[in-house]
Amino acid sequence: MSVVELEEVVVLLGRFPALAGASLRVDAGEAVLLQGPNGAGKSTLLRLCAGLLRPEAGSAHVLDSDLVRDRRSIRARVGYVGHQSMLYDDLTVGENIRFWGRAAGVSDAQQRASTDRMQIEDRLFDVPVNRLSAGQRRRTAIAVAAARRPELWLLDEPHAGLDQGGRDLVDGLITDAAAAGGAVLVASHELDRVEPVVDRRVTVAGGVVYEQDPQVANRADGTTPEEPHHVE
Amino acid sequence: MSVVEKPEARRGGVTGSRTTRLLGLTVLAGIGLLLYLAFVATDPDATQKDAVRLMYIHVPSALVAYFAFTVTAIGSVMVLIKRSVWWDLVAGASAEIGTLAAALTLITGSIWGRPIWNTWWEWGDVRLLTTLVLFMLALGYLAVRRLEGTAEERAKRAAVVGLLLIVNVVIVNRSVEWWNNQTIHQESTIAEAAIEDLKAFTLFFSIVVGLGAYFWMLIHRFRLAWLERQDERFGLDEAITRRRAEADELVGDGARQGGRA
Amino acid sequence: MLSEILLVAGKDLRIERRSRVAINQVAPFSILVLVLFGFALDADRATLTNFTPGLYWVAILLASILAIHRSVAVEAGEGAREGLLLTGLRPASVFLGKAAALIAQILVVAGVLLGGVSIFYGASIDDGLLLVTALVGAVVGVGAAGTLYGALLGGQRTRETVLPILLLPVLSPVLIGATRAFGDAMGTVAADGWAWTRGLYGFAALYLALGVVSHGVMMEEN
Repeated sequence: MSVVELEEVVVLLGRFPALAGASLRVDAGEAVLLQGPNGAGKSTLLRLCAGLLRPEAGSAHVLDSDLVRDRRSIRARVGYVGHQSMLYDDLTVGENIRFWGRAAGVSDAQQRASTDRMQIEDRLFDVPVNRLSAGQRRRTAIAVAAARRPELWLLDEPHAGLDQGGRDLVDGLITDAAAAGGAVLVASHELDRVEPVVDRRVTVAGGVVYEQDPQVANRADGTTPEEPHHVE
Repeated sequence: MSVVEKPEARRGGVTGSRTTRLLGLTVLAGIGLLLYLAFVATDPDATQKDAVRLMYIHVPSALVAYFAFTVTAIGSVMVLIKRSVWWDLVAGASAEIGTLAAALTLITGSIWGRPIWNTWWEWGDVRLLTTLVLFMLALGYLAVRRLEGTAEERAKRAAVVGLLLIVNVVIVNRSVEWWNNQTIHQESTIAEAAIEDLKAFTLFFSIVVGLGAYFWMLIHRFRLAWLERQDERFGLDEAITRRRAEADELVGDGARQGGRA
Repeated sequence: MLSEILLVAGKDLRIERRSRVAINQVAPFSILVLVLFGFALDADRATLTNFTPGLYWVAILLASILAIHRSVAVEAGEGAREGLLLTGLRPASVFLGKAAALIAQILVVAGVLLGGVSIFYGASIDDGLLLVTALVGAVVGVGAAGTLYGALLGGQRTRETVLPILLLPVLSPVLIGATRAFGDAMGTVAADGWAWTRGLYGFAALYLALGVVSHGVMMEEN
C-alpha cells in the first residue's frame, strides 16, 4: 500500500514551478530521505504532501486522497514539521501544546506522552515560546506534531538547531514511525545522520525527484524527462 | 474559450478582429455623431444653459459603471461556482472599465455641479456618494487583483471581493439614502416631459454609444488578459524546462524516478 | 463547533493578555486620535461636543484597522496559519473564533474611548441603553468584516496598505449608522437611533454570515 504517490506533479509558487514534474512513491512502513541542494524543491514536496499546496498538473495521492480534488481531509493525518515552528510566540510552551492538541482533537494523555517523548522539561511549560532557543522550539513543534500520531511524517530539516539529545530523539521517532507501519519523508542535508535510519534515499533537484538506488537508475528510461502534461 | 488561437496569437499579440474593428468604427462614428448632437444640434437648457451638455457624458458613464460592476459580480459568481478562468478575466476587464467610467461620472458630475448646484461636491446627494464609494471599492478590488499568488488563488480571492463589492454598494446606497432621506439629484431626466425630443434622443443615443464603447473596450481588454494568461502558460512550460535543467550538472545521468519496481 | 470557536477565540485573547497590544497600543492610539481632533478643530468645546459621535467612530475605525492587522499578524508570524489548516478545525469556527476575539478587543478600546470623549469633548449620554446596543452592533459588524477581509489578505506582504483601502469603504455604512445612533443617544442629532441600530445589526449579521460561508476559500488561498 502506498502512502504517497506522485506522478509528474507540477507545483507553482506564484509563477515559479517549484516542482517541475516530480514523481515519487512511498509505501507504508517506509522512511525515505530527500536529499538535494537548497532550492531544489524538497520543502515544496513536503508541503504538497501535507495538503498545503495545490498540484497544478500531474496526479498526487496522499493517504488515498486525491490532492487535486481534496486537500483538506488528509491534513489532520500528517505530521508536518517545517522551517517555521507554527507556534504562537506570545504563548507559553504549555499553552501552545494545549491549544494545538485540542485543535487537532488530541487527548491530554497523548499530549503528555509526546512531550515526555521529546523530553520537554516541565520548567519550559511556563516559558513563552519567544524566549525559547531554536532547538527548544523545534522540539516543541515536533512534540505538537507527534501528539497527533500521524500516519505520514513530513520532516523538513528536523535536526536543524537540535542538540545531540534532540537529534537522537528525532532519529528514534523516524525509526519507530516506520516500524509502526507509518511512512516518513525527511528532507535533510545531514546525510550521515539520517542515512542509517531511513530505508532509502532519493535526490530532489530542479523540481524533479531522482531515484538514487543504482539498479533503478540503470533500468531507467533516460536522462531527459518528457514534457509535463498540464491540466486545464 | 477559443477566443484566441494559441502560438500565432502569442507572436502577433493582436486583440482585434473583423467584428471588433467594425464595432470600434461604429462606436467611433457614434461618438462623432454624439458630439455633433450634444454640442451643435441640441439647444442649451433654459435653466442649466450649456452645462446640460455634460449630461451626455455623465449619464452614459454612470450607467456603464454600474453595468460593468454588475458584470464583475456575475463573473465573480461564475468563478466561485465553476472555477471559470474566462469569467475571471471578464470580471477583471469589466471592473477596470467600470472604474474608469465611475471616475468619469464623478468628474463630469462635479463639473456640472459647480454652475448648477454652486458646489463641486454635494454631500446631500445619495447617488453621488454611492458612486464615490463604488469608485473606492473598485480601487480596492483592483488592488486585490494585483496581489501575489497562482492564477487560481488570485481568481478566487478577486471573486470574493468582486461579489462583496456589489453587496457593499447596495448597503452603502441604502444607508446613504436613509441618512439623507433626500436627493437633490436630477430625477431620471428622460421621463420628464421637459426634455425635448432631440435632447431625449441624444441622451438615449449617448447611452447606446457608451455601452458600445464599453463592449469594445471589454473585448479588447479581455483578449489582452487572455493573451497574458496564455503567455503565462507558455512561460510556464519554459520555466519548467529551465527548472529541470537546474538538475543537469548535479544528477548527470541519474534517472528520474517513475515509480519503483 | 462552539468548543472550536471558543478554543480559537480563547487563544487570541490569551495572546492579547500576554502581549497587551490592544490595551497598550491600540487603545492609546485611539485616544491620541481624539486629542488630534481636538487640536485640529481648534479645541472648540462646543464643536467637539457636537461632533463627538462622528469623531468617536472615526477613531474606532482607525483603531480597528490596527487591531485587525494584529489579529492577522498573530497567525502570519511563525506559520500558525498553516498550522490551523493542518489541525482540521472548521474554517467557519476559525472565522467566528477570531472575529469574537477581535470584537472583544475592539469593545474594550471602544469603552476606553467612551471615557476619552466624555473627558476631552465633554460628551454626555442621554440614552445609555441605545448607546450600548448600537455600540455592540456596530463593533460586531466591524469585527466580522475586518476578520473576513483580513483573512483575505492573509500572508500578503502588502496587506498593511491594502487592508485600509479595501475595508474602510466597506465600513462606511457602519460609520454612518453608528454616528446617527450615537447622535440620538447623546442628544446631538435628531435621528431615530433605534432604527439605525437595527441597520447596524443587519450589517453585522450579513458579514458574520458572509464570513462563515467564505472563510474556507479565504484560508485556503493565501
